[in-house]
Amino acid sequence: MSGFSGAAAIAGIGATEFSKDSGRSELRLACEAVLAAVADAGLKPSDVDGMVTFTADTNAEIHVARATGMGDLTFFSRIPHGGGAACGTVQQAALAVASGVAGVVVCYRAFNERSGVRYGLGQADSPAETGADGAAYAWLTPFGLTTPAQWVAMFARRYMHEYGATSEDFGRVAVVDRKHAAANPAAWFYRRPITLEDHQASRWIAEPLHLLDCCQETDGGQALVVVSAERARDLPHPPAVILGAAQGSGDDQHMMTSYYRPRITGIPEMGLVGRQLYAQSGLGPADMDAAILYDHFTPLVLPQLEELGFCAPGEAKDFIAEGSLELGGRLPFNTHGGQLGEAYLHGMNGIAEAVRLVRGTSVNQPEGVRNVIVTAGTGVPTSGLVLGTDR
Amino acid sequence: MTAYEEFAGREILPPQEGPDPVNVPMIRHWAEAMGDRNPIYLDEDAARATGRPGIVAPASMIQAWTMRGYAPAPDGGGTGGASGAEELYALLEKDGYTSVVATDSEFEFHRELVVGDRVSVREVVESISPEKSTALGAGRFVTTVRTYTDQDGEVVAVQRWRLLWFRPKASPSSEQAPKASRPRPVINRDNAFWFEAARAHRLVIQRCAGCGTLRHPPGPCCPHCGSFEWDAAEASGRGQVYSFVVNHHPRHPAFDYPLIVAVVELEEGTRLVTDLVGVAPGEVEIGMPVVLDWLDADPGLSLPVFRPQPGVAS
Repeated sequence: MSGFSGAAAIAGIGATEFSKDSGRSELRLACEAVLAAVADAGLKPSDVDGMVTFTADTNAEIHVARATGMGDLTFFSRIPHGGGAACGTVQQAALAVASGVAGVVVCYRAFNERSGVRYGLGQADSPAETGADGAAYAWLTPFGLTTPAQWVAMFARRYMHEYGATSEDFGRVAVVDRKHAAANPAAWFYRRPITLEDHQASRWIAEPLHLLDCCQETDGGQALVVVSAERARDLPHPPAVILGAAQGSGDDQHMMTSYYRPRITGIPEMGLVGRQLYAQSGLGPADMDAAILYDHFTPLVLPQLEELGFCAPGEAKDFIAEGSLELGGRLPFNTHGGQLGEAYLHGMNGIAEAVRLVRGTSVNQPEGVRNVIVTAGTGVPTSGLVLGTDR
Repeated sequence: MTAYEEFAGREILPPQEGPDPVNVPMIRHWAEAMGDRNPIYLDEDAARATGRPGIVAPASMIQAWTMRGYAPAPDGGGTGGASGAEELYALLEKDGYTSVVATDSEFEFHRELVVGDRVSVREVVESISPEKSTALGAGRFVTTVRTYTDQDGEVVAVQRWRLLWFRPKASPSSEQAPKASRPRPVINRDNAFWFEAARAHRLVIQRCAGCGTLRHPPGPCCPHCGSFEWDAAEASGRGQVYSFVVNHHPRHPAFDYPLIVAVVELEEGTRLVTDLVGVAPGEVEIGMPVVLDWLDADPGLSLPVFRPQPGVAS
């Protein structure tokens, strides 16, 4: 272990229900999630002195802090790059707590992503801004490559070509997600598992992606409370100790479209995150008892397994086909149902599930979980966590 | 009586007060937009010199005082629960009168509005014509009377307002309706050269003037040698498919689906995102040789597209 590893822990988690139409404002969702997480930690809103969210979030810290009665804040920070931010928010919180600039930091994300602005509809008609982010779309949208599913499909096709993976190999990821969601009352797809045949029969979105390769779109909010590991020991739940927390942006990085690298079958920024996580925690892939891997689209789960060292490049399809991601398998995966099965909360709901796994309270709890690896959005600058039991 | 005749005399908008009283800032914006320099609209003294009590609002601005904003009202539209308008619109839509154009607007002005007046409006259907043939298509003229009143309920203006609701004529088969425009590229100082070259049907690749490295997408400086100097090399237009997708959903009106979008690797070594044409989705393979073609997509927007290299079996 090195640096801030083990210095901080997630002591509280809280969420709204996950729906397709929340019927209330994004700010209210944020406040509900934050208050639930603070209560779960056995703390009061006035104990909170730090906040971290996504640049993509519409709920500025001050509005959430004012509405929930937090009072004074000494630390506030935001992470860019959409879903790639998720674990980065916890890294910010852990650094703040470890360095002493804040004592109780809330990480949160809330949106009406289904009933409001839907990311799945793509960027074709988004308003033009002439900065570098806007201009980057000039190489994509005039040609009709406008949605996240399409951007990921380009990687998926090349991956299939180089490694012989098939649509069924992607489908097995969706089947595991939905199987786990089927047992999770909080999941949108509770009691609605799918078969590989269902996956294959679902309509094309962007070949080689079927509908059932794509995550949901969700309205909801999720919050996490980070405190020092020492303080966490005095709070109601067993601490989910932050053993590793890392960000990564790779060489020649683009937003979802890093098609210009020598090879595009891997996710170099995830490899970068993984190497940091293992170095910080002093652990390795063999020490991970479960994984919460970002699954906005199934194909990019495969290279994550490879980048994080669970199998060699090109072998994820075999690793998955052997049942490794099942509850009794080598690496129980997305026990909440993932973003395909539970909810698309930009990865934040996955971090909450990792906390439950460490606490031993997941609805799909495997036996003997000590360490859980969590990843954030793929295709973008990303982040990851290793959470572990107190030791 | 037809359903349309039954609408005569019906209120379709109950009295509704405008969001703001008559005020100088809105008058100023209106006068500026209209280019109306009459001083009685903005200068108290000039207005008094004409025998008026003070500044008055331009008469034809009457509608502006009662216009709803663009943002939806919290109650869902601010029509106070009136169903008359919705009922009428639903009837028109059911019969295929899906397009609308304003044809007449006649005003009678009863008094000039002064700052502080609160204006309300109520709208009643006067008549709905039988279906008529027009140059735009078959339709019905819907004539309504809008009565504008002040805070005391006194009438300040009456407007007779006529709309033609019509079924748009089908375009002749030889003349398709114009297609929607493709998403426009954001052009800035770093990428303008590429799109300008494309308008001239030249596919170019940014080239570092320091070390000669080609780069795409372009950027302001060279990641290899740091030089900010660059020029543009012209590509041969030959390449191969590096990866591709076949888009089905969601559909954008500018494109035909299924749409094949590819990453093409040029023989110069750089890659670009482009469309594949002249090939069916099932025939595309990674590694397939392709050649440059040009798509004049929209006025001012030409894009490089690629088609299979002739004479090469895939």
